[in-house]
Amino acid sequence: MSTVTTVTDATPPQLGHRLTAARLPRWAPGGIALASIALGCGIGAVAGLASHLQWGLLSALLFLAVGYAVSASVEGRRQAKDRFATSLVWVAFICAVVPLVSLTFYTVQQGIGAISPEFLTHSMKGVVATLSPDGGIYHAIIGTVEQVLLATLIAAPIGLLTAVYLVEYGRGRLAKAVTFFVDVMTGVPSVVAGLFILSLWNILLGFQYSGFSGSLALAILMMPVVVRSTEEMLKLVPNELREASYALGVPRWKTILRIVLPTAIGGITTGVMLAVARITGETAPVMMLVFGADFINGDPFNGPQQSLPLYIWQQYSQVNNEFGYSRAWGAALVLIAFVMGLNLIARGIARWRSPKGGR
Amino acid sequence: MTSSSPADARGRTPRRRGDSRRGDAVFFNLSRGAGILLLVIMAAIAGFLTYRSALALGKNEGNFFTTFEWTPDAAKPVFGIAVLTFGTLVSALIAMAIAVPVAVGIALFISHYAPRRIAQPFAYLVDLLAAVPSIVYGLWGVLFLVPHMDGLTSWMDQYLGWTYIFDQSSAGVPPRNLFTVGILLAIMVLPIITAVTREVFRQVPRMHEEAALALGATRWEMIRTAVLPFGRPGIISASMLGLGRALGETIAVATVLSTNSKLTLHLLDPGGGTFAENIALKFNEAQPLGRDALMASGLVLFVITLLVNGAARVIIARRKEYSGAAA
Repeated sequence: MSTVTTVTDATPPQLGHRLTAARLPRWAPGGIALASIALGCGIGAVAGLASHLQWGLLSALLFLAVGYAVSASVEGRRQAKDRFATSLVWVAFICAVVPLVSLTFYTVQQGIGAISPEFLTHSMKGVVATLSPDGGIYHAIIGTVEQVLLATLIAAPIGLLTAVYLVEYGRGRLAKAVTFFVDVMTGVPSVVAGLFILSLWNILLGFQYSGFSGSLALAILMMPVVVRSTEEMLKLVPNELREASYALGVPRWKTILRIVLPTAIGGITTGVMLAVARITGETAPVMMLVFGADFINGDPFNGPQQSLPLYIWQQYSQVNNEFGYSRAWGAALVLIAFVMGLNLIARGIARWRSPKGGR
Repeated sequence: MTSSSPADARGRTPRRRGDSRRGDAVFFNLSRGAGILLLVIMAAIAGFLTYRSALALGKNEGNFFTTFEWTPDAAKPVFGIAVLTFGTLVSALIAMAIAVPVAVGIALFISHYAPRRIAQPFAYLVDLLAAVPSIVYGLWGVLFLVPHMDGLTSWMDQYLGWTYIFDQSSAGVPPRNLFTVGILLAIMVLPIITAVTREVFRQVPRMHEEAALALGATRWEMIRTAVLPFGRPGIISASMLGLGRALGETIAVATVLSTNSKLTLHLLDPGGGTFAENIALKFNEAQPLGRDALMASGLVLFVITLLVNGAARVIIARRKEYSGAAA
């Protein structure tokens, strides 16, 4: 049926034909998708391809190729290209969903068995990690909560004030420099932040490993995120509110504290919580600065502590056996649940009280 | 907005004005101080790392840029970043090659293709993907992805082995190699690139799109002629943000890659290393000189990410309307 006719298709329709060009039925893309998945899996099974990744890739390729061929023969080249692009976009969508679903599912599947009341309320003190399934993450939960809390106490006020400076006062070169470096700071690798605190706090000032030095590194990672999100939120506060306040003779600082910040508080909270969610999962700086203890240490300023990401890493890398893996997955499930929960709450707050025009 | 303000203000104007001036000055200086503190921190990071690196480099017996080994604590300290530079760049490039097209696809899906009802929850889902801690990605990568990559790598070795880079010199070893790391990194930076690109695509002027459609363009032609050209700077800067993230990723790489100090173009062979991964793995056993050596490599990583991120921001800044780049 020839590409020749389809190329000429682009020119005005010939006499005697219908006015509309031939179209594939509405169910065609779905049908082709189903058929190519079946075919892909069939070929995979018959050829004995071990990895399901290959089955998926094969199906995707078949879907793209068959879709293009069918459409080109019925509808013409331009429509075929359009359908090809649509298929590609859908395949990209699937590509993103598969890892997410797989990751969540696999973590839950592996982790749910490890979680028990005992796991959540005991530390690893006195547990021979390679030989027994006992022990838990209580010390890691305490460590994570304390470190993240301290980091937030440091980073949130500084970030907030910086954002206020940028939005309310910021003119001129200093503000431009701050904006630029806040942006760049967002990309500082966590391991570099850890090295910096190590050289300043531990080597130069001579402090020992502690939860607090981990918090310092986490605070560095958190600050730019808080600044950016707060800045966006403050920009959304309508100028009329500020002007009304000035017109009543309220000084500027009071306007900011009593009018601007309360208006944007929902979005600011969201930003801070998202930043908290981000630093909760950081492993590298904690690994260098907190050092990972097996016992419960409730004092973040003295001695090594533990944290959830670090616990996962240690269980995976040092023990490297069944018991270690199972504990690692259990901790991973708790960590994911915590971070995702934080995310959901944060976005809930954002929806609930964002200023108009907010996300 | 409180009840006290108007009446009070009228009553005690002169003194209040003095107060408010002082309050304003205090608050202004406080907030400016916070901004300056951020600049100081950035300068301090660069300063301290440079200082410690200088200490280490003075004692290095090898060439820092061309040496393969990393043995700073040996009697004759030798360390270099050749393997690390190669591993970091290659894994990040593989990640970019996979993640950028897919991310653009997803962004298009969310902004132009998906039915309205799916688009919002799905955008949300992709954002959640960004929230997963990297250690969990690492764990999933090594215990789930690596076994599943087995078949794919041996297949690539069999049919694409002639390209040299996909040739496996020893078959049957678990594929804890730079290629798998690249794929894992691609999954990790996907949400970042998608978030920024999506915002840019949303801002394409509606009129341009409708004009294209009115001229008889198919949806793909509309996207090619109206959406993509408008979004190109956004795509580039989003990719660079993702690249910055991929270059600095530590713990996921450390879990998945089985490291050694060999530099090979056989991407499917286990081995190699990256800056961040090397720091994390070598750190605990490092002696003082070893730590300083790691700081030297950290400085290189810092400078690279600084350049990449800075470039991304400059591109974004040229088009001010892409302020949704907060991700």
